[in-house]
Amino acid sequence: MKKSGAEILIECLKKEGVKHVFGYPGGVVLNIFDILYDEKDLQLILTRHEQAAVHAADGYARASGKPGVAIVTSGPGATNTVTGIATASMDSIPLVVFSGQVPTLLIGNDAFQEADIVGITRPCTKHNFLVKDVKDLAKTVREAFHIACTGRPGPVLIDLPKDVTAGSTEFIWPEEVKIRSYNPTYHGNKYMINQAAQMILQAKKPVIMAGGGVILSGASKELKELAELAKIPVTMTLMGLGGFPGTNKLSMGMLGMHGTYYANTAVQNADLLIGIGVRFDDRVTGKTDEFAPNAKIMQIDIDPTSIRKNVRVDLPVVGDVKNVLRDLIKALKESKEQWGAIRSAWLKQIEHWKEERPLSYRFDKNIIKPEFVVEKIYEVTRGEAIICTEVGQNQMWAAQFYKYDHPRRWLSSGGLGTMGYGFPAAIGAQFACPDKVVFDIAGDGSIQMNIQELATAVINKLPVKVAILNNGYLGMVRQWQELFFKERYSHTHLETGNPDFVKVAEAYGAAGLRATKPEEVEPVIKESLKIKNRPVFLDFVVDWKEKVYPMVPAGASIDQMIFEEEEKKEEKKLKAVK
Amino acid sequence: MRHTISVLVENKFGVLSRISGLFSGRGYNIESLSVGETIDPAISIMTIVTTGDDLVVEQITKQLNKLIDVIKVVDFMELDHVEREMVLVKIAPRKEDKTEALQLAEIFRGRIVDSGPATYTIEITGEEKKISAFIDLIKPFGIKEFVRTGKVAIGREGTKKGK
Repeated sequence: MKKSGAEILIECLKKEGVKHVFGYPGGVVLNIFDILYDEKDLQLILTRHEQAAVHAADGYARASGKPGVAIVTSGPGATNTVTGIATASMDSIPLVVFSGQVPTLLIGNDAFQEADIVGITRPCTKHNFLVKDVKDLAKTVREAFHIACTGRPGPVLIDLPKDVTAGSTEFIWPEEVKIRSYNPTYHGNKYMINQAAQMILQAKKPVIMAGGGVILSGASKELKELAELAKIPVTMTLMGLGGFPGTNKLSMGMLGMHGTYYANTAVQNADLLIGIGVRFDDRVTGKTDEFAPNAKIMQIDIDPTSIRKNVRVDLPVVGDVKNVLRDLIKALKESKEQWGAIRSAWLKQIEHWKEERPLSYRFDKNIIKPEFVVEKIYEVTRGEAIICTEVGQNQMWAAQFYKYDHPRRWLSSGGLGTMGYGFPAAIGAQFACPDKVVFDIAGDGSIQMNIQELATAVINKLPVKVAILNNGYLGMVRQWQELFFKERYSHTHLETGNPDFVKVAEAYGAAGLRATKPEEVEPVIKESLKIKNRPVFLDFVVDWKEKVYPMVPAGASIDQMIFEEEEKKEEKKLKAVK
Repeated sequence: MRHTISVLVENKFGVLSRISGLFSGRGYNIESLSVGETIDPAISIMTIVTTGDDLVVEQITKQLNKLIDVIKVVDFMELDHVEREMVLVKIAPRKEDKTEALQLAEIFRGRIVDSGPATYTIEITGEEKKISAFIDLIKPFGIKEFVRTGKVAIGREGTKKGK
């Protein structure tokens, strides 16, 4: 029996196990949306902006480990997805995005709502396709999901001309996918793994640096086993948070530009740095020439291009992190080493660094400190919430002051640094995990980049909480202006233009709560948790002078940290631009 | 260092722009690029001449390999291989120079592929050095038009296959 392209597409999605699709209709995808009208097993969630549809699919993927799916129309619908796709691409998130396209005969004619989205998204997708014949549709969808989810994951876009979804053919589901030019390496080379075990045995001061690859590979258990077996302290990149329990004694929290003193110091003093699923981003390494100067660097990654891209690597192991760690643990167990004894001095040193300069802020009883809000959210949710973030100070405080004990509870745009990511991602995460408490820790700047998604959350009765750390500024940029641009606050002051966030929430039918004093913070968070049938905006009016510390200035080496006390000593006068 | 890299790709829509986009997007340099079908019409081969230090070229070959449509990448740098390039030159020598120009073409084993009352078109094939030597010598005769194919390369018998 023949089926239309639109029917085939929906059948394929169901075969792939897709339950939720985020999207927005338009002229050339009408055939698809017409099928979705009667569809029972597949829910389309209408967002209010295509960018948000892709971020929601991304949040869904990060929270669930399953690929996120979005469907949008041609032209502006497609171009609006670019930020979402690039966000997913930088963080290796599996997405399949379907864009409508003008009929094949009109392609290239500058037709109404035509955009060369395959050309536009080529550099920010793992791969993309233009389907020119309905007969190729099922195979292409199958390949797209395969490419998105295997190897180093990433977004894949499929461009669907209107005549392809309107046309019809026999539906043949290809059970197997074989792409001759695509064969990721899943198992590490045995020789390299034995070398790696030797390096760990010989190291006196090893440090594990775990990244997003640990989470993508589902290797948290193996990572914990390795760290606890060989007594190796663990630091995480922003993307790696939750890959190793933040409350574990061996955890040193995040490293890098706003990393902890002890993580950065440990890396700079280590004699072996074991990078697991990391790509040595510049926000992590600081000045690369002076990064981990005393350490041999071992790097385990599924993507060969990640190796030796930014820093020298003494021992590369290409393979899936989970498999490589399993083999490595096996090799280490054969050694019968007395790990506790050989590591005690190094672990003691790290304890000392932890006591010397813990992560801290100054509590103030008159004004809310943003760090205090994050701490309270951590306490009230007992560390069990899914935390999404926007980008900037809110993101860094959420990374520093909430401890993530499980993977897939920390959803943040790490690579691209996309403001406006958190709220739609929280919507996606809430669809993936309906029983979990989902928070978006936001700033007053970022939340306004996708604030229209209140409608999506309200209509779907999603109890997503948006904690706005409202300081009236683009805080991170303001921080840089204060520290490096002589306090010239060029275009970072938002307060006078900000809406009343409580009223905005209420206008959409969501709940709005506000705290202006420290003693109101906890009650407001608790109040928000009681609301189960609609989103809540929590407007925390916080100290606008607060900055994220420690901080490594751009281009400095990561042990050249600025701390809060030093800045206080200089008695800098902050001038308000009001 | 200058490297000649041969890239075997799926002969699919947009594959050239994936390759060239990779080079421009990551700031790599392309000196020349030639593309053609192989014996199997589903596969094309590209020969790319690029420059960069070892780390850059390592990234280039890895990044090329990462593209879904790329089947195989061979860096000829450390392989014994044959390289060729073809140029077509249209010259318009003065009457008294014609004989000398034709002799020069003959020395370089060039062929006259077109001639008219005012111009000759010479075809020259060879390695880079030969081609540039010929160009230097023919320049004074007045080059009207000049095209080159870009390099193609092939491994010699017994050389190991690339990555």
